[in-house]
Amino acid sequence: MISRSLTYRYWFARAFHVFCFVVAWTGVVILGILLFHVTREGIQWLDLQFLSDFPSRFPAKAGIRSALFGTLWLMGFTALFSVPIGIGSGLYLEEFTNKNRFSRFIDLNISNLAGVPSIVYGMLGLVIFVRWFGLEQSVLAGSLTMSLLILPVIIISTREALRSVPNTIRQAAFALGATRWQTTYAHVLPAALPGILTGIILALSRAIGETAPLVMIGALTYVAFTPEGPMDDFTALPIQIFNWASRPQQEFHELAAAGILVLLLVLLMMNSIAVYIRHRSEKRNL
Amino acid sequence: MNMIAHKKALPEKFLMDSKTMGKELSGKNKTENIVLQVKDVTICYSGTPAINNVSLTIPERRITAIIGPSGCGKSTLLRSFNRMNDFVPGATVEGQVLYRDIDLYGSNVDPVEVRRKIGMVFQKPNPFPKSIFQNVAWGPLINGFRKDINERVEKSLRAAALWDEVKDRLKDSAMALSGGQQQRLCIARALAMEPEIILMDEPCSALDPVSTARIEDLMYELKQQYTIVIVTHNMQQASRVSKFTAFFEAGKLVEFGKTKNIFTHPTNKRTEEYVTGRFG
Repeated sequence: MISRSLTYRYWFARAFHVFCFVVAWTGVVILGILLFHVTREGIQWLDLQFLSDFPSRFPAKAGIRSALFGTLWLMGFTALFSVPIGIGSGLYLEEFTNKNRFSRFIDLNISNLAGVPSIVYGMLGLVIFVRWFGLEQSVLAGSLTMSLLILPVIIISTREALRSVPNTIRQAAFALGATRWQTTYAHVLPAALPGILTGIILALSRAIGETAPLVMIGALTYVAFTPEGPMDDFTALPIQIFNWASRPQQEFHELAAAGILVLLLVLLMMNSIAVYIRHRSEKRNL
Repeated sequence: MNMIAHKKALPEKFLMDSKTMGKELSGKNKTENIVLQVKDVTICYSGTPAINNVSLTIPERRITAIIGPSGCGKSTLLRSFNRMNDFVPGATVEGQVLYRDIDLYGSNVDPVEVRRKIGMVFQKPNPFPKSIFQNVAWGPLINGFRKDINERVEKSLRAAALWDEVKDRLKDSAMALSGGQQQRLCIARALAMEPEIILMDEPCSALDPVSTARIEDLMYELKQQYTIVIVTHNMQQASRVSKFTAFFEAGKLVEFGKTKNIFTHPTNKRTEEYVTGRFG
């Protein structure tokens, strides 16, 4: 026999189920609409010529070569700076220091820094790297600024990954007469590496789409060459997209859409690497 | 750190703390070598004592069981023998833990060095997520072992009664072993360091009866060469494997003596109540 109140509870459970389903699909649907819109506008411009040509004031001749290379240079140097510092800080905070007032202070600041708007980092980069260090609008200045921006993200994800390593592994190593460093290097770090790598890739995917800090430090919007070294001027994909999108001509809007497609493809590639790493580590740990 | 094996022979009656010594111990004039001597040890977690003024001696090449109800501080005491409490924030140790006349808490003692001599097996099997071989070989290798590592691994696995089961798959992940095999692997890993003392913190509590029996047989073998201190919740286990038993309650040592005396005619009323299963 099913009482009235039980019928009501079943009804409520079903309603909640439907609600969760709708909410879960909202994000996917919105992304789908965006993708559809961008693809419809930009796909006609997306060909090899678009990838290999420099920007031009004639839409038919315009390409994203300098922006693509600029982004690659920028990301390479950003990773070079932020990865060692980020992992090092995470290791220090999680493995090498006790929870005291000082570490809590650093902790709080890192969490706050993760929430600072990116344009503020741009201002910081402008003052410190561009002006003080005299790096001008170079790849180096851009990647140092980007490093500052994603450092908190890398530190936080490194710490999460380290925290998920079971303490029993550390104890096992210590009980064998291992030092802190031996324990960390041989057991904790390898176990945490998939999580750390995922965090790094997600942080870099955030950096790759950032426009504001680069605009702030004065990265150029029209560059007709690819950077040859860290001190060269550069432009990046989001800047190029921003530039095209702000022009009045319809063709340039479509070029911007094509640029967005390229950016999304690069992002998708990076994220699938992250998923792959995570998936492989899950299989290995079974 | 000076780790000269300085053996010290004492009549058995000196082994026991005078307050807790059972009269039955002074009967035969056998001597036991002392390897570990706990003197007035108090261990606090952020000021709250978990072990209160305990004195105890651990005889060499014997199995000593530490029993008592949950939260009586027996694991805490065990972990103070190889300074694993150092990793617990807020844990402090007062008094002395003497390992062959060396105070393990002396200022010139390196805890890393202590753990090379005093190994530990934990409650839950905790092999490294690496191959069986690497699990055993890692300890000696990081401690500067430069001789034949294959031989050392085989010797340790044989001593832990695991060799025959794993000799054909040393490269396989240790995580693929059963719980009982994992625990024996952890024992092999501890043995590979050739320690003098092996501390076991409820080593069978996560295992089934068959695996437990195998570990107990193993302990029986190991005591020929090693001193074993085992913390256990299982009183049958304590009575089966150990020669000496210490009964703790609420951070205090209630009674310490030969296992057969503790279990057949304990001098303290609380001990009797505990070993007969009236509480705990």
